Amino acid sequence: MENLDSLKATELRLALPGTEEGAPPASGRACKRLSPEAGDGGGGAATPPSKAQVVGWPPIRSYRKSYLEEKKNAETFVKVSMDGAPYLRKIDLGVHRGYKELRESLVGMFKCFSLGFSSTEGGCSSEYAIAYEDKDGDWMLAGDVPWEMFASSCKKLRIMKWAEARGLGSSS
Amino acid sequence: MARFPRLRSLTLKGKPHFADFNLVPHDWGGYARPWIEALARGCPELEELRLKRMVITDECLELLARSFPNFRALFLVSCDGFSTDGLAAIATHCRHLRELDLHENEVDDRGEWLSCFPESSTSLVSLNFACLKGEVNAAALERLVARCTNLRSLWMNRSVSLEMLSRIVSKAPHLEDLGTGSYVHDPHSESYHNLINAFLNCKSIKSLSGFWDVAPRCLPAVYPICSQLAYLNLSYAATIQADDLINMIGHCTKLQKLWVLDCIGDKGLAVVASRCKQLEELRVFPSDPFGHGTIDSVTEEGLVSISSGCPGSTRCSLITIAKNCPNFVRFRLCILSPKKPDPLTHRPLDEGFGAIVQSCRGLRRLSVSGLLTDQVFLYIGKYAKKLEMLSVAFAGDSDKGMLYLLNGCRSLRKLEIRDCPFGDAALLKGVGRYEAMRSLWMSSCEVTLRGCQALAAMAPRLNVEIMHEEEEDAGGISCGGGLDDAQRVEKMYLYRTLAGPRSDAPSNLFTL
Repeated sequence: MENLDSLKATELRLALPGTEEGAPPASGRACKRLSPEAGDGGGGAATPPSKAQVVGWPPIRSYRKSYLEEKKNAETFVKVSMDGAPYLRKIDLGVHRGYKELRESLVGMFKCFSLGFSSTEGGCSSEYAIAYEDKDGDWMLAGDVPWEMFASSCKKLRIMKWAEARGLGSSS
Repeated sequence: MARFPRLRSLTLKGKPHFADFNLVPHDWGGYARPWIEALARGCPELEELRLKRMVITDECLELLARSFPNFRALFLVSCDGFSTDGLAAIATHCRHLRELDLHENEVDDRGEWLSCFPESSTSLVSLNFACLKGEVNAAALERLVARCTNLRSLWMNRSVSLEMLSRIVSKAPHLEDLGTGSYVHDPHSESYHNLINAFLNCKSIKSLSGFWDVAPRCLPAVYPICSQLAYLNLSYAATIQADDLINMIGHCTKLQKLWVLDCIGDKGLAVVASRCKQLEELRVFPSDPFGHGTIDSVTEEGLVSISSGCPGSTRCSLITIAKNCPNFVRFRLCILSPKKPDPLTHRPLDEGFGAIVQSCRGLRRLSVSGLLTDQVFLYIGKYAKKLEMLSVAFAGDSDKGMLYLLNGCRSLRKLEIRDCPFGDAALLKGVGRYEAMRSLWMSSCEVTLRGCQALAAMAPRLNVEIMHEEEEDAGGISCGGGLDDAQRVEKMYLYRTLAGPRSDAPSNLFTL
């Protein structure tokens, strides 16, 4: 049975292609072997060896790995503030597919404050607007651009009363 | 080079395939410089150069650009060592350039290069810069496309917006191969509307790729060309959900080659199976290679639906695929967890892959994975008579496995093995085969220095290279440096040679 601890030494790093892979331990090959899956019911019993511990496995090109990592690690959690709420929340834009879903999540998060934020359809009847700060630092009204464009440029969310939203931009 | 002064076209391949997965030291070799210098001295009529997995510098590219007045085609595949400055030199000096194909290279972005094509340059037929990371000059690209009326293949990089795409496609309706950039825009915009019209005019597009950062609502623009497509690559489209993929692929009835991410799911693969009756190649890439995700990934069921069989186990799927797809020429299945047995039976996958080789008699390339014993190699050796390239990882029980391969696969040219229990006995028994093969790679196996030395002694026309990462090596001039010869060799790569050991090897590599 191979020593799983020594696998730590072969921890896969997502370094740039061409950089030296972490040197495997001097004792050589033994450390890179994984414990063989037990043939008898091993499929369920033992957790398979973590893929991330094997150098060069799975056989995926570095540029693909970094592209996927970038997609995964994209700052998908953003802070959400709501006027009148005592504290902020954080929401994962990555798990939402569109504005409707986002609004529903936000309503769910903030309804405990009884501030009248609801998911009634139609912007006009709803009391609140959802604004966001984009990459350039500008505050924009959510909903104008395609969802993916929004999700990739949104840094912060703010739920604000329409009355105040109309006041945005006027000199103060 | 002096022997062939009239040379017009040269293809060179450098590093072993496993260099793609960072298993080969960065400074292993494969330098293009000596070749280009020799060509510049001796072969003035050179028109075409293809390099794969080699290291090429900007200086080399400049030398290349200036040395060959008839130069027409440059293909760089999986190379590194150069930047956009080198590309600028090519663009500036190669007056008759018809093809510039940069496929999956590591290129440093140092700025402008596209605008270096002179305004008088109209010869381009094929341009691929999909792998470049930096911005391109949109105006320069548009002008280039407009004046190169013979342009048939254009693969752009991620920096090209959908807006740019729409302008470019409308100027190049005769394109046959198209790689988009980022495919995100407001579907109500004028640009998107223009794109729809541009695509309607493109009757010749047979291959489509790109699709970084996709807005699913913009996909319908490509539906009219889907029915023409032979090749579709959506392996970067991480933002398309299964349903949108299904909608799109539903239009692709002539598809021969499909690359997708595994978020297509089993349902998506079932659609592929029912709509794409001419499919010859399917590659499914993991969108979450390290398995922390929760997406509905492809399972054996999906694989089976490609050939409409019974759901159940991987073994069953493989057997069904084998029966229904006997024309496969390449079959590469990567089961992400090494040594994973069949999830239903918990048994090895020997029979499954055995079925593949028994049925697909024309199989030239095979990669196996999952839990495998020596038995699978018995099958491969017995049936895979046309097999040229085999990749094996975490498989087998003993030397017998490797011997079955070496004895049986008479067409084998490239064999790459990692993490298998094959040792010196098998290595040495195969000595009669290696000179007829292109190369053999073995890493993390049971092969020792002693075994490699014995092999090298028996076969003077082979370079037996061993790579060892040991820091304490006394800079070995003698074979193996500080290595005890009973010690296992980490990485061994052997290939036939007429020239003996090479002089450009790094310090931790020894040729025995």
